[in-house]
Amino acid sequence: MSEQSSAATPQSNLAKVFASGAFAVTGELGPPKGADPEVIREKAKLLKGFVDAVNITDNQTAVVRMSSIAAAALSHQAGVEPIVQMTCRDRNRLAIEADLLGAWALGLRNLLCLSGDHQTFGNHKDSKNVWDIDSIQLVKMMEDMRSKGIFINGEELEGEPPDFFLGAVENPFADPLHYRPFRVAKKVRAGAKFLQTQCIYNMDKFKDFMSKLGDMGVLDDIHIMAGLSPLKGPGMAKYMRDMVPGMDVPDEVVERMTGAGQGIEDKAERSKAWRAEGIKYCIEQIQEVREIPGVRGVHVMAIEWEEAVKPIVEGAGLLPRPQAIGSAASA
Amino acid sequence: MIVAEQKPLEEIKGVLGDAENVLVAGCGTCVTVCLAGGEKEAQLMASALRIASRVDGTPIEATDVTVQRQCEWEYLEMIEAEVEKADLIVSLACGIGVQTFARHFPDKWVVPGLNTTFLGQPEEQGIWTEQCQACGNCMLAMTGGICPVARCSKQVQNGPCGGSEHGLCEVKRIRRVDGVPVMVKGRGGRMMPATEDVECAWHLIHDRLKEHNRLDLITGVQEPKDWTTSRDGGPRRIVREDLILMDEE
Ligand code: SF4
Ligand code: SF4
Repeated sequence: MSEQSSAATPQSNLAKVFASGAFAVTGELGPPKGADPEVIREKAKLLKGFVDAVNITDNQTAVVRMSSIAAAALSHQAGVEPIVQMTCRDRNRLAIEADLLGAWALGLRNLLCLSGDHQTFGNHKDSKNVWDIDSIQLVKMMEDMRSKGIFINGEELEGEPPDFFLGAVENPFADPLHYRPFRVAKKVRAGAKFLQTQCIYNMDKFKDFMSKLGDMGVLDDIHIMAGLSPLKGPGMAKYMRDMVPGMDVPDEVVERMTGAGQGIEDKAERSKAWRAEGIKYCIEQIQEVREIPGVRGVHVMAIEWEEAVKPIVEGAGLLPRPQAIGSAASA
Repeated sequence: MIVAEQKPLEEIKGVLGDAENVLVAGCGTCVTVCLAGGEKEAQLMASALRIASRVDGTPIEATDVTVQRQCEWEYLEMIEAEVEKADLIVSLACGIGVQTFARHFPDKWVVPGLNTTFLGQPEEQGIWTEQCQACGNCMLAMTGGICPVARCSKQVQNGPCGGSEHGLCEVKRIRRVDGVPVMVKGRGGRMMPATEDVECAWHLIHDRLKEHNRLDLITGVQEPKDWTTSRDGGPRRIVREDLILMDEE
């Protein structure tokens, strides 16, 4: 595992949590469809102290929102360490490098590299996409910048190079299934140090995926974070099962959520029961993934449900977090 | 081959201005094969323009002519007489033909009658699919003869991405018939374009490499693509010294 370099520059809190051997917890903070910084501060309040870092999404599902880097800087000021998400959909290699130099200068330390959702999923369907490089090449580009101090064109950059703690994602449930662990190995080779997975509902398949990674010998080189998304009710479970590509939601999960609301007439009460079940199920999942060799943390995606993070993390016995925020915040 | 489809007649009528003598020029190569702009289509287009103009009450003369290839000077030279008589040309060639036409006859106004759509292959009778984007740096040797530039929705170089499911891409294509999106009732009763499934190019690549025992080709991290040979390097040009005719002085 590569060390974060210079002693003078504040390090990633998330990297320190991993280095300490603690089981890491990350969350998700979606920037607003507007320019109000208060939205970020409010969400940060709900997450502060309960996670080691939060993903700040980059025009998620191709819907335009406040820029990931700007929102990350606000989150950072609010005392919640951000993980800047960077997709390859909207920027070419020049723009990505420039923006990430800026992100580092603003004190942001974690970077998650993704290819990005296609613009046809979002609200700017007639836009033109970029995809000059892909997510794996993005990891490699930033690893070379970090370790060799060079841009993607081979030119040296001025001064201390950004030393982002580099992350990637993988969907253990996408096809061709058997190829997924190889793709993780590729990301490790490119320079990824942590990896968040797609939301897990099919635990058996996830265990298979992890054991293949173990067989391939890559688990010592990357911190795998199991992606978990608490369900708000059977509707959400069904939607994920039927509508979201690359998502594997077994029928038992839908049934379990349906069962939680059975016999409850009052709408509000039923919704409360569903949510309680969703939180309970998520806590059980955390306990289950903790037992899987190689899982070094969880990424809790409580989408537009930040309030759920505290009871989940608390219920899983993961509080208090090792350190609220590293030296990065006080810098 | 180059695949194209005809523009709606209304659109073509809209760019005729006050031309009285219109020449519809077909092309005998790619667009003949894809049944968009060959001799037959040129004849039909000319007669459609004549009839429409009469119905509209401003009759025009519309004739047609077809050459073997509109993208080469030699063929255009053969129709100088017909072009001379016309005050506007509707070219039913691909975009290359239209431009060659306009350059060869600088005094004439040339408008396109087709939308040049892609470099593709006839899949089955009446259906064509895109296969190549002429990136200028062919990587098919690595991908088993399946193009990730033209056929992967995200032009991923190290695929397949996490959206690949049952051999299909997460991106759906807007369903078009004769160039026009097919509209269906969506959620909430609003009309929206229907979509159809697209194969995941990387799933196809993966399966083909596996079959040939060549998955080793994609285990390494594929280097970023050099796009200077693509559109991104500006209009491209090929110079073949060995073929250039020397002045004999
Ligand atoms: S790699 Fe480039 S040249 Fe080769 S088929 Fe694809 S787009 Fe065409
Ligand atoms: S699903 Fe396949 S074709 Fe679609 S973007 Fe991903 S890799 Fe490309």
